[in-house]
Amino acid sequence: MLATRALSLVGKRAISTSICVRGEHGVAKVDDYALPAYFDRRENPLPDVRFVTELSAVQKSLKEKEKGSWATLSNEEKIALYRISFKQSFAEMNEGTKEWKSVIAGMFFFIGMTGLVVLWQRKFVYGPVPPTFESEWKEKEVQRMLDMGINPVEGFSAKWDYENKEWKK
Amino acid sequence: MSLAKPAMRGLLGKRLRFHLPIAFALSLVAAAAFKYGVTEPRKQAYADFYKQYDTTKEFNNMRDAGVFESVRTTGE
Repeated sequence: MLATRALSLVGKRAISTSICVRGEHGVAKVDDYALPAYFDRRENPLPDVRFVTELSAVQKSLKEKEKGSWATLSNEEKIALYRISFKQSFAEMNEGTKEWKSVIAGMFFFIGMTGLVVLWQRKFVYGPVPPTFESEWKEKEVQRMLDMGINPVEGFSAKWDYENKEWKK
Repeated sequence: MSLAKPAMRGLLGKRLRFHLPIAFALSLVAAAAFKYGVTEPRKQAYADFYKQYDTTKEFNNMRDAGVFESVRTTGE
């Protein structure tokens, strides 16, 4: 807090100037991104600088009033002071966006594209299916499974009626 | 503009005291449901099946159907 007040009083570049001049190396150019920045993040509730850096006359007088007893500040003044220091409140910064709609739309689109690719593959890439899938073969396969008594207690053969030679109703 | 001060401590303890008994109870219910809905009927089904199982008859049926590799069908 003290540092931010010092910064706003002395000016951004003056601090680095006063440090560098002592060492007689001249003044290094300070890039904007290297200075403390303001950002609204839930995990960093008190950023390094205030949001509003250049205070208007009204805001300056408000800041002077802040130095006194806070009980004299009205609710609007407290909110004005808050808005000087912060851009968005926690409620504002945490509210959801409508991004999920784009996400779902993108998901459906790419699933659809994949479906088209799969259909093309079925037609133009894959060879014929093995003979074990033909109906005749499958009939013989089922008959053999029933003869062997596959899963006779609760599974496959349990559903076959051996007396009447048909599937149980 | 004076809100109540929110709870600052004991948040995990409070959550555990609420959720753990429920979790235990639901797990027990799930286990009991599976035991009495699935495993007990299954055990009963197997017991009933093998009570009426005639091994020789079933063997002869299979042999006649021709599924064995080391036993010839009857009549050869």
